[in-house]
Amino acid sequence: MRGGLSRRNLLKGAGALALGLPAARVLAAAPPASAITPALVEAARKEGKLAYYTSVDLPMAERIARAFEAKFPGIAVRVERTGAERLFQRIGQELGSRIHAADVVNSSDAAHFIVWKRQGLLAPYVPEDVAKHLPPAHKDLDGLFASFRIMLSVIAYNTDLVKAGDAPKSFADLLDPKWKGKLVKAHPGYSGTIMTATQQLARDLGWDYLEKLARQGVMQVQSASDPPKKLALGERAVQADGNEYNVLQLKESGRPVEPVYAAEGTPLIVGPNGIFKTAPNPNAARLFQNWCFTAECQQLIVDVGRLRSPHPLAKEKAGRKPFKDIKTLKEDPVAVEKQSQEIKTRYSRIFKV
Amino acid sequence: MTIAVPAQIAERRSLKIDFTWPVLITFALLLCVLVILPVTWLVIYSLSSVDEVTKAREFTLAHFANLFTDPEFVNPLITTLVVAVSSSTACCVIAAPMGWLVARTDLPYTRAIRALVTASFVTPPFLGAIAWEILAAPNSGLLNQLYRFVTGAEQGEYLFNIYSLPGLIFVIACYTFPYIFVLIANALDRIPGDLEDASAILGGKTWTTAWKVTIPLALPALLAGVLIAFLQAMILFGSPAILALPAGFHTMTTKIWSLFQYPPKPELAAAASLPLLVVTVLLLRGQAMILGRKGYSIVGGKGADPRLIKLGWFVVPAMGFVAIVLMMPVFLPYFALFNAAFSPIATTLLTPLNFTLHNLHFTFFELSSTQVALKNTFILGSLAATLGTVLALVISYITAREAVTGHRFLGFLATAPIAIPGIVLGVGLFLSYTRPPFVLYGTLWILLIAYITIELPAAYQQLQSAFRAVHSELEDASRILGATRLRTLRDVTAPLLRTSVIATWCFIFVSVIRELSAAIMLFTSETKVVSVLIFDLKESGDLGAIAVLGLSMLLLTFTVVILMNRIPGFGGTRLRNT
Repeated sequence: MRGGLSRRNLLKGAGALALGLPAARVLAAAPPASAITPALVEAARKEGKLAYYTSVDLPMAERIARAFEAKFPGIAVRVERTGAERLFQRIGQELGSRIHAADVVNSSDAAHFIVWKRQGLLAPYVPEDVAKHLPPAHKDLDGLFASFRIMLSVIAYNTDLVKAGDAPKSFADLLDPKWKGKLVKAHPGYSGTIMTATQQLARDLGWDYLEKLARQGVMQVQSASDPPKKLALGERAVQADGNEYNVLQLKESGRPVEPVYAAEGTPLIVGPNGIFKTAPNPNAARLFQNWCFTAECQQLIVDVGRLRSPHPLAKEKAGRKPFKDIKTLKEDPVAVEKQSQEIKTRYSRIFKV
Repeated sequence: MTIAVPAQIAERRSLKIDFTWPVLITFALLLCVLVILPVTWLVIYSLSSVDEVTKAREFTLAHFANLFTDPEFVNPLITTLVVAVSSSTACCVIAAPMGWLVARTDLPYTRAIRALVTASFVTPPFLGAIAWEILAAPNSGLLNQLYRFVTGAEQGEYLFNIYSLPGLIFVIACYTFPYIFVLIANALDRIPGDLEDASAILGGKTWTTAWKVTIPLALPALLAGVLIAFLQAMILFGSPAILALPAGFHTMTTKIWSLFQYPPKPELAAAASLPLLVVTVLLLRGQAMILGRKGYSIVGGKGADPRLIKLGWFVVPAMGFVAIVLMMPVFLPYFALFNAAFSPIATTLLTPLNFTLHNLHFTFFELSSTQVALKNTFILGSLAATLGTVLALVISYITAREAVTGHRFLGFLATAPIAIPGIVLGVGLFLSYTRPPFVLYGTLWILLIAYITIELPAAYQQLQSAFRAVHSELEDASRILGATRLRTLRDVTAPLLRTSVIATWCFIFVSVIRELSAAIMLFTSETKVVSVLIFDLKESGDLGAIAVLGLSMLLLTFTVVILMNRIPGFGGTRLRNT
């Protein structure tokens, strides 16, 4: 996946891997596309509320919720945000105890949707925009979920503490002794973004890279949105991993942070959205899921969240490095699903927590 | 506070009532469910595993073998002991002289000092830990910035690194020293002045008297305080989760918690919980023995007021010492939280130019969990305080007045939860109430049970000593004059106990608000409380919102405390036996 491909093809390719399905298969079991109809809005308003379980950074998640509430008054969205791996555990524990609280879910670990699909927990529903606009690779063939957001886990640095010329250019650069005690990174046991990124790095650079990184005395935080915040505070000079979108948010609000797109390629993460069969507010859930994929909401996550969108009508902002120009690593949720236990165990052995 | 004073057995006229057995059985059953059920499930889980094929639970010692051989568990166990020993020693070194200064010398402003110690007691330790991150993170910490500014040191040099074992020990000590201070100060308050007068008459100088009389008399209280500080340090969850994990090490509590990450390993978590339980039981036995043997010599008998030692010029260093000690848990952290709440970036010094209400707006108008969490916290705090006080009141009435046979067993059950660390109780309750017949997980009830169970011992002990202070002669007089037992309770006992009851209610309310370790095991998205919400926010690094929530939490706490009077033992005199 080099820069020569068009953005659409690139996204298609990424998504095909993301959803772990051959792109050529025909949509078979998916229900017909549904538009936002007055009847749906009315039914949703009767329920009056919904719970959105997500792993997107909290201010962004609340912003999405408030935008939805403004668009559809009378339907309150309660955001339940934590790291994707934590969220997965929490949902499993709640459903296992027959607590049906979650309506719509968004996870930054696409492998979770493979598990939920296999367990038959997701309700089929295809929003109009998903059917019309999303590349086939970004939607589940059975209409159970579709890619809501695309993210990158980047290296970044604090420009007050590190000169541009001295900044690391690659993952290999992070192993330089001069970064000892100056790195911060997030945890794959908490963050789906980091889980996905760790799988890609371990595959392409080898566990050897992570073992050497652990000897650099990294500060270990949990969420992928925390390393950029630690850079902005000036607590550490360089992040070994973390959300690109938080780095861009901070950079564009004038904080001294700068992303680095590593020479080896930047880990690529897809965060799908789905509805639970046990959703206590099924109509509100459908309305919310539908609205999440509209060009309006997708533009919001690009403009405010600085996320990357799978929706072809969502325009990238000027001044940010275009997605097509970024060399990314291959996403492979099927492998993540198979290896996640091993990754967590091995990681906590190497990094001690 | 939470000292297990063995019931003094005075041969008193036994006041038997008709429904003796129903009362005893009801409350005994209730306490059994509260205490014995979770512990039983802990033991069962720790000693068994589920067979993959047959799905049957089978006996095994594998979890314990794992626990004591795998460095993944042995290291946290050692770290926990190091943390507990060092922080309780540090507390002792700081709090004992301070308690003595406040109780026994003519140091000025002792009321204010006691109030500030109360403030550090009601400050949730996890909030203190977050505030200390803002203050003493090696690069961005405000104190380290100040250090570099003053000395002109290079970028990257620092004075403090809070993400370290010493950092963790320091922060834990900041919020456990009140336990020792209160015990010492109260013990010294109670030492009758005549003992010291005797020493003086026999020619002892001021300092000789202090060294030969006062300090030995206070020693049992000191030892008891050290044990409590040790226990607190051992069972704390929030501070190590906030400070140890970024530094790359675990304590037992964070390890137990991490065993509930996906895929959860409840059997191993149960096994890892039991050493904490055993150590706690052993230490409490030790404490009871120490107090039981020596503590009595100074209790009872009204003596002259304690003689205050004149400090003279020494008042200056003494005041300086107290001021520095109080900076650590109160002034500096509160300043850091205030700074973080209103500054655009937590570690940028607040100025009139960069003052912002953004965090306030985000926390109260955008964050959708705020309202739910505040509501849940308030409901749980008031309910647990009310029910806990009623339960403690009934049990302490029964035991203090020896109203039914077997009252001692009730007293034991009510004190037993003191031996169960919050996180262990959390694991136990999770195992107990996610299965029939009691499926309570996901409701506020499970949290309510946890809070009542955790706070019962302290509430019971406070009210029991209050009942003892109200002599049964007063009740007898009322009965002799023809009042019924209920009327006596209403007209005589209740008014006399009012302050103690209010104080106990306050104590439970405050403790519930600052509780994290049991709640973190038991909450669901809809039953989130403020402490858990703050912990959630901490994991994604939203310091501004944490500061706003933390300050609101403190505001709520102080309002309740001030409105409802005061916390027993902290500066109050109403609960003393004398």
